Amino acid sequence: MKDRSRFTYRVAAPLRGLAHRFAFLGLVVGAFALMLLAKADVAMMERFRAQVTDSVAPILDVMSRPVTTANEVIAQVHALTTIRTENESLRQDKQRLLHWQYVARKLEAENKALRAQLNYVPGPQASYVSARVIADTGGAFAHSLLLNVGHQPGVNKGHAVVTGDGLVGRVAGVGDRATRVLLISDLNSRIPVLIEATRTRAILAGNNSNRPRLIHLPPGATVSPGDRIVTSGHGGAFPVGLPVGLVDAVNESGTSVQPFVPRDRLEYVRILDYGLKGIINDSGSGQ
Amino acid sequence: MKPVLWTRLDLIARCLTPFGLTVLLVLINVLPLQLPGLSRVMPLLPLMSIYLWAVHHPDLMPAYAVFLIGLLQDTLMGTPIGIHILTYLLVYGTVVWQRRFLAGKSFAVIWVGFALVAAGATAVSWVLISLYHVVFIQPEALAYQYLLSLGAFPLLSWFFMRWQLAFLAEI
Repeated sequence: MKDRSRFTYRVAAPLRGLAHRFAFLGLVVGAFALMLLAKADVAMMERFRAQVTDSVAPILDVMSRPVTTANEVIAQVHALTTIRTENESLRQDKQRLLHWQYVARKLEAENKALRAQLNYVPGPQASYVSARVIADTGGAFAHSLLLNVGHQPGVNKGHAVVTGDGLVGRVAGVGDRATRVLLISDLNSRIPVLIEATRTRAILAGNNSNRPRLIHLPPGATVSPGDRIVTSGHGGAFPVGLPVGLVDAVNESGTSVQPFVPRDRLEYVRILDYGLKGIINDSGSGQ
Repeated sequence: MKPVLWTRLDLIARCLTPFGLTVLLVLINVLPLQLPGLSRVMPLLPLMSIYLWAVHHPDLMPAYAVFLIGLLQDTLMGTPIGIHILTYLLVYGTVVWQRRFLAGKSFAVIWVGFALVAAGATAVSWVLISLYHVVFIQPEALAYQYLLSLGAFPLLSWFFMRWQLAFLAEI
């Protein structure tokens, strides 16, 4: 008995400690290996990601509902307190918009007449799928959303995701029950855009902050704060003219853009399908 | 025979709660809370959980459980797979290695320990992700995230202490 306990003390315990340490080291090495694998085989990792996301999506869907309800209640209470001032501002808006409606009607008629004269071929019609945001997988490292729709017609990698305000991002991966959306503010996001007034082309590059930047502006291009930025449709991934944001600041370090869509208020979004295939294929070049 | 089986099942269920709670925190971390600005600087809830269990009950939070938690977080968040695994494993390893300075100490000591470990973890993940993407990632969101985590730590710590007293007292 005594021998046995000595054996445990002198040999077995250190061995166990060693085994633990090796197991730990093995896991660390495993993590590095996974990281390299993720760099090497993007498609496989994407499938794995989609599978894990699919299995967690129903839980996230259920968990995000009470949050949404609570937020709605808070918003309603808040709206009640400001109802009078809001009413006043809505009255003013109505006056203003009635004027705009008149202008728009006139322009629409004019547009129609001009198109008829030019034999203009209209662009493809969009169909869309609405989806609920079930996870905002933000953080300082990646800006993406999970939506509660999976494989179905109209949901494909590369499709534009919008709200009524403007562009949110693009579909980065589709599973059976969930879809991952890469936000325009993510580090990996590159969107071909136009400065609406001057039609200057640029690329909107995310940098994991709330203000993505304009890069690849042609030399001599003039950009000033307040300019509207819309998608350009170059590269064929996105349709032309989706509103993206306003130029926020122009300085030596670059041009930053304030997106129209407030990221924190995303609840429902629409996935647009213009039938465009574009430059994004399934081999992961869109990543 | 039956009571024994039930007791064992009960024990297993209790022992699984640290892992289960941490997985739940990973999910809570990605919920769309719709509070302005919060999603960028969401406190590092899973990190706190791993730290606390490594200090109080490393036997109930083995290294492979930490690995799985990191893997789940990486897949859900869309970060490169491996970043959170490595960060969490390093935190876990450091705490288990230096456990004699932390286990059974006052809350203040454990809090300071977390401040140090979380700073290390934030720095490591920042370097890793910057290297992975080969860009300089602006660190201010990380700094806020770190401070918010320090602030949220006592709350989660208190909750886990109650949990331990309620469910894990006999283990």
